[in-house]
Amino acid sequence: MSVEVRVPTILRSLTGGEKVVTASGGTLAAVVADLDGSYPGMGARLLDDSGLRRFVNIYVNDEDVRFLAGLQTQIADQDSITILPAVAGG
Amino acid sequence: MVQFYYLGVLTIRADLLAAIVSHARADHPDEACGVIAGPSGSDRPERHIPMLNAARSPTFYEFDSGDLLALYRELDDKDEVPVVIYHSHTATEAYPSRTDVALAGEPEAHYVLISTRETGPDEGPFEFRSFRIADGVVTEEPVVVEGTT
Repeated sequence: MSVEVRVPTILRSLTGGEKVVTASGGTLAAVVADLDGSYPGMGARLLDDSGLRRFVNIYVNDEDVRFLAGLQTQIADQDSITILPAVAGG
Repeated sequence: MVQFYYLGVLTIRADLLAAIVSHARADHPDEACGVIAGPSGSDRPERHIPMLNAARSPTFYEFDSGDLLALYRELDDKDEVPVVIYHSHTATEAYPSRTDVALAGEPEAHYVLISTRETGPDEGPFEFRSFRIADGVVTEEPVVVEGTT
């Protein structure tokens, strides 16, 4: 499964400045692992010990994965994935 | 050894500054939040986009995740960026909290803080300050106001 992943500004230091990268995997977890292989450090920016970081949003075809199956969300060929840091604070 | 200092400034139109303050007052005592978008690479805030605080809290703000995606899609389509990301503090000073620093995800944005602690929803004195927040470091910058409301 090959998918396009849109990378936010703050993570483009890991992708050599690329805004859109390609990755593969049958689930979101596999896609994240593939991204981390291509862009070391990416995994730690997206995940912590409990899974997807609370203040990182990942969308599959414009749907927040928290409303899908989280990291177990199934990924199909040509799906589009968008990563956005939450805009939040105290 | 050569040292580099951040010598930034936020230049903002008076009507946009007034719109931010007005939004902060309207949402007091909850925190208000939003963006002033501008053309990519321009560093010029031009278009006010008030956002809903999904947390509806006096001590926290967060853009709704669906609104956030829609916002970034729209900015991308118009070749804009969030030049200013603002939120209000309603009981404390207009300075980034530890949470603000930990969660700041746009190193190229001007983070504007407004405090409504003095007069709440009413007209009167307010604090309006601008910062860069990158790699956990907060750097305050001067605010230059252009024009009149």
